[in-house]
Amino acid sequence: MAVLIVLPLIITSTFFRHVMILVFMFGTMGVAWNIMGGYAGMFSFGQVAFFGIGAYTSSFLLITYGVNPWIGLIAGGLVSACVAAALGYPCSNLRGHYFAIASIAFGEIVRTHFNNWKLVGAAEGLSLPMLKGGMKVFMFHSSKLPYYYIILGFLLIALLVCRLLAGSKMGYYFRAIKESHEVAQVLGINVARYRLIAIMVSAFLTAMAGTFYAQYILYIDPDSVMILPVSVQVVLISMLGGAGMVIGPVIGALILIPISEATRVWLGYKGTGIDMLVYGFLITLISVYQPKGVWGLFVNTGKRAQ
Amino acid sequence: MSKAVCLDVRGVTKLFGGLRANDDVSFTVEEGEIVSIIGPNGAGKSTLFNCITGFYKPNAGSVRFFGRDITRMRADTVCRIGIARTFQVVQVIGEMTVLENVLTGALMNYVRVGSARQKAEEVLSFTGLLEKKDRSGSELTIADKKRLEVSMALATRPRLLMLDESMAGLTVVELRRMIDLIKSVRGSGVTLVVVEHVMEAVMEISDKVIVLNSGRKIMEGSPREVVCNPEVIQAYLGDRYRAVGR
Repeated sequence: MAVLIVLPLIITSTFFRHVMILVFMFGTMGVAWNIMGGYAGMFSFGQVAFFGIGAYTSSFLLITYGVNPWIGLIAGGLVSACVAAALGYPCSNLRGHYFAIASIAFGEIVRTHFNNWKLVGAAEGLSLPMLKGGMKVFMFHSSKLPYYYIILGFLLIALLVCRLLAGSKMGYYFRAIKESHEVAQVLGINVARYRLIAIMVSAFLTAMAGTFYAQYILYIDPDSVMILPVSVQVVLISMLGGAGMVIGPVIGALILIPISEATRVWLGYKGTGIDMLVYGFLITLISVYQPKGVWGLFVNTGKRAQ
Repeated sequence: MSKAVCLDVRGVTKLFGGLRANDDVSFTVEEGEIVSIIGPNGAGKSTLFNCITGFYKPNAGSVRFFGRDITRMRADTVCRIGIARTFQVVQVIGEMTVLENVLTGALMNYVRVGSARQKAEEVLSFTGLLEKKDRSGSELTIADKKRLEVSMALATRPRLLMLDESMAGLTVVELRRMIDLIKSVRGSGVTLVVVEHVMEAVMEISDKVIVLNSGRKIMEGSPREVVCNPEVIQAYLGDRYRAVGR
């Protein structure tokens, strides 16, 4: 932890900081995915919709009404959680692959909708106004350092939420539901209700990462914040690191994001897809030799709840 | 002195397309009794279980639990008002330890994990699984899984426990232990309804036996009466029992 705080001060390269920011951002989304996917067994391939909704809500509020992005952050989380509830309710009985398919459809519906929604700039997207930088407006122009610490903070919040859930009644209930709905029901668990809670918490945390992205890049459009590959990447990160373990997705992000950024930078356009090849190779290795993910190498089954 | 009626099943009918899986089945279970449901495969025993515990909605008829109509209740609500059950195909949470499995059941009555853990340990020492509490659910033998499933059900503190073939596939020793467990569960004040094929066990534990065949109840009575009944022998038990009956 202390290492992560001091590190950007020692390695001052902008690229390094940028990569670490992405690691934390995807780490946050991975941890959020893990709550619904790793614990409650809902394999969502539609996380990017929550991410995009978070980004769009705060940006739209800022541009149109001048709402402070920090308030937009909370608003984005709430809107996202509400949309998640609207998705989760009809899907409350879908399991396994069927839920995964529904979540892909959900992500694509949201993207298509935003691509055609004039109010939020349709396919042109939204450009955020350049405000005078500072913590108060969640915008910094001279250095990436503040962004680094903010997203590290978001990641810690996500980890804290996940850890508290995992050790509580809800965590046990999520894992029972993941095993089977029948088992959960005969233990008196209201499956639909607890699945809904998992989706909404996950959506809120994912939306926070979305708002961060918008404030960091200052430009969003559906084809950058709502595309399926981002959802897939979130799932891969969590699975590779270790689904169902609090820290798993962070490990996954630490491994995959630098690979993807490095191949993109070093190989340029010629390297398009190389990162995916490496991903594919790693995922295959992990799923064959260590199905519990990298972090599974370090812990035994008995300690997995924590 | 007649005891309170725990379970009152009246005219339950369940259709799957044209198949009458349960056809106008009625019976009552008094508090503190052990009632066995027997019958050949496909007789509708598990369907009846599912109709009572909220997994299926019967097409007709009603189910009352201590006078309360539970016919259309959701399965988890049925559990919360005091009916726990196990499955024919044993269901435990493979990724959890034995203790965590039971703890999850105990959480129905506790908010804090610590208190639920205490309750879970009590249940495990009652069912004799305490020394295996740190094993993972998936690595248990069938006999232990069935015992664990009963422990999980007991952890929800039921008034009625429904066991679906908890004794199938057990060795003689394991069977003995399961019978003893069922008796001590009854001794602790829980009413039981069991679906069972193992006739030795049925004879020993049951106060009353209900026989199903092709979805219909063909007879009801004491274990002795049931094994002597020609219709039951023909439908289910086979000629082996004709000798016993004499």
